[in-house]
Amino acid sequence: MTTVSQNNILTPVPTIYGGLREQFGEMWRKQGEQLKQKFGVAIEEIRMPGDFATDVPIVYVRKDSIVEVLQFVKDEPGFDYGFLADLTATDEEKDPRFEVVYNLSSIQHHGRIRLKARVPEGQEIPTAVGVWPGANWAEREVFDMFGIKFTGHPDLRRILMDYRWVGYPLRKDYPIRGYQIFPTAEKPRPELLE
Amino acid sequence: MSKDGSSSFLTTRLDAVVNWGRKNSMWPFPFGTSCCGIEMMATLAADYDLARFGAEAIRFSPRQADMLIVAGIVNAKMAPVLRSVYDQMSDPKWVISMGACASSGGIFNVYSVTQGIDTVIPVDVYVPGCPPAPEGLLHAFLRLQDRVARGDTLSQKRESALRKVRAG
Amino acid sequence: MAEQSFQSLKSDHISIDRDPDDLWNDSRAIVNIGPTHPAMHGALRMVAKLNGETIEKSYCEFGFTHRAKEKLGENRTYHNFIVYTDRLNYCSALLNNVTYAMSVERLMGIQVPDRCVWIRMMCSEIARVTDHLVCVGINAVDIGAFSFFLYGFHQREEAYTLIEKLCGARLTTSYTRIGGLMADAPEGWEKEVREWVKRTRATVDEMDKLLTGNKIWHQRTKGVGVFTKEQCMQYSFSGPNARAAGISRDLRKAQPYMFYKDVEFDVPVTQNGDVFDRYSIRLEEIRQSLNIISQCCDRVKPGPIWAEDKRVRIPEKNVVANTMEGLIHHFKFFMTGFEVPEGEAYTAAEGANGELAFYIVSKGGSRAHRMRIRGPSVWHYQGLSPMSEGEKIADMVASLGSINIIAGELDR
Repeated sequence: MTTVSQNNILTPVPTIYGGLREQFGEMWRKQGEQLKQKFGVAIEEIRMPGDFATDVPIVYVRKDSIVEVLQFVKDEPGFDYGFLADLTATDEEKDPRFEVVYNLSSIQHHGRIRLKARVPEGQEIPTAVGVWPGANWAEREVFDMFGIKFTGHPDLRRILMDYRWVGYPLRKDYPIRGYQIFPTAEKPRPELLE
Repeated sequence: MSKDGSSSFLTTRLDAVVNWGRKNSMWPFPFGTSCCGIEMMATLAADYDLARFGAEAIRFSPRQADMLIVAGIVNAKMAPVLRSVYDQMSDPKWVISMGACASSGGIFNVYSVTQGIDTVIPVDVYVPGCPPAPEGLLHAFLRLQDRVARGDTLSQKRESALRKVRAG
Repeated sequence: MAEQSFQSLKSDHISIDRDPDDLWNDSRAIVNIGPTHPAMHGALRMVAKLNGETIEKSYCEFGFTHRAKEKLGENRTYHNFIVYTDRLNYCSALLNNVTYAMSVERLMGIQVPDRCVWIRMMCSEIARVTDHLVCVGINAVDIGAFSFFLYGFHQREEAYTLIEKLCGARLTTSYTRIGGLMADAPEGWEKEVREWVKRTRATVDEMDKLLTGNKIWHQRTKGVGVFTKEQCMQYSFSGPNARAAGISRDLRKAQPYMFYKDVEFDVPVTQNGDVFDRYSIRLEEIRQSLNIISQCCDRVKPGPIWAEDKRVRIPEKNVVANTMEGLIHHFKFFMTGFEVPEGEAYTAAEGANGELAFYIVSKGGSRAHRMRIRGPSVWHYQGLSPMSEGEKIADMVASLGSINIIAGELDR
């Protein structure tokens, strides 16, 4: 292998602790303070990129006030996180078991932020469909894969798996080879069209 | 035809003619679900041109097709659909299982994936590869034609067995 | 007497006083399209309530090719997962490879050499061109313009020849490695790419002439499948579909990764958000991608393709074959994999369809704690029902083709 001096081969590929922080660090700090001021105890914790191993700030929100916080960061000038880039969940294997993750992005300043809400097993979290109608399927997928229920969701059914599926595949205790077989295909459901 | 009325000579010759006709005018049903479907499309498109072998009449209705090309993954949700498509095809019918996913589950040994479509329907020719190149599908198609001409595909064997049963 | 019995027969057996809410009355019907249907790309399903030919209400279903890639991401090492990324958006597999490699490299803080980045950029753009060619081609087939598709597919075959020279595979490439590439581009590859760019540009011009001015094409696509800017924001549309509605957001410009800052290209944006606009955006993006590829060809220089990082470097074959340590290293690398430090990152790149992202949560160790794949197709497919409400069912087919749903990325 040929060795070339470090200076020649380094590229501006943004690494996790570089790039973004210089660009958005100040904005993120201000936004964090504003969020704490506005919502108080509803904001459990804010993890900034410098202190924790993350690329963008993680705002832990109490699950009951997640909808208000989402609405706020979507509409408030200075935040402008109008683009729901992703909605998913993680299984943390401890108590509280699940974390619902909202990855938001802005089409004005192109910054990103991540909101998280801890959900203990068996409990529900309010739905974000009122803020973004597009959250509908993402929440259905979270329900399908993790079994987290969303209060107020208009149509909470399984989405990727068959409606007869037992268990939640992306939970850590679901075996990777837990096959299930069904003799018939899913029928169309006219009642959904009313 | 021999004196006792049995028609051994004539039927074998007719079989050969029928099989020759069958092998050169297969009507495929493209059951393309994922990556292999794209390669199947490439096989059907201009550069590889499956029409050279008489199989250009793509039928999207199983009742009009006699060759099922299963290209891509078939998972637990899709398996009953595949079975009903197969059941709707009229005999004789042939199945090509294209790609590793359809043949054995491939690299996807996970909860949602059937480990080979031969757990759901009978298969005549398997094509390895992930996905197979169009040449692979063409080769499989030629091997299927050979077998159709010989009359030893699964559905043809079943057909002749039924004929024997009916004849007593 | 006879008349009376006829009356009674009528009232008994043929219901004349129909319930006005009866679905079968006044030409309303429920149709099920899919999961295997020529109009549905891949295995998708739509159930629609029709009034005549107009869709009154509909719902979509998917999951017919679900392959549990997110679960596999938690059960395979980071290196092993590369092959699964190919099978996401299989029309532009190289783009998935590059994005995945980038996202793990971000987590580990690895910087890759210049040549590697330039080749990755060329790969990405070639993948984007092939994806767009498939999309516009198949969209045209759905609406009835078959020869248009053949032009595009031929050029795509030539692109596959290039990709085959690069990595030996046509569709599922698995070309990138964490911190490098599977192999360097063969000698003279850039020259062949240049020639391909020239030919593709001519083909795209020809395709443009063939269809863009066509009156029937206009009637079938203009004002069809309109999705406004607000709706695009509500349903998280990204990529060409959002740009067709006036959202000028291209991650290559918005958060320049790789060397997109150093090349010149334009981002086409239109305002109507209908099928025609999506088509013309894609056609223009092919041209811009070709521009980027030729700039990359000029700027790529010989050099190393692997990052100077012992953790992710696959041991050289001659070292593996000739030394004990090399062999042990080889086995350790492929059996247990390398460790990724604790942390999480959401790495997005401009995929062919939109924002393609990997959200990886690592708790240390050689396997991810959570491997979330954000495929743009999921969000686009969700928009199909509201998009086609109140339109003719044949227009739904046009809309579906124009938002380019790829089943592998949709179901993951």
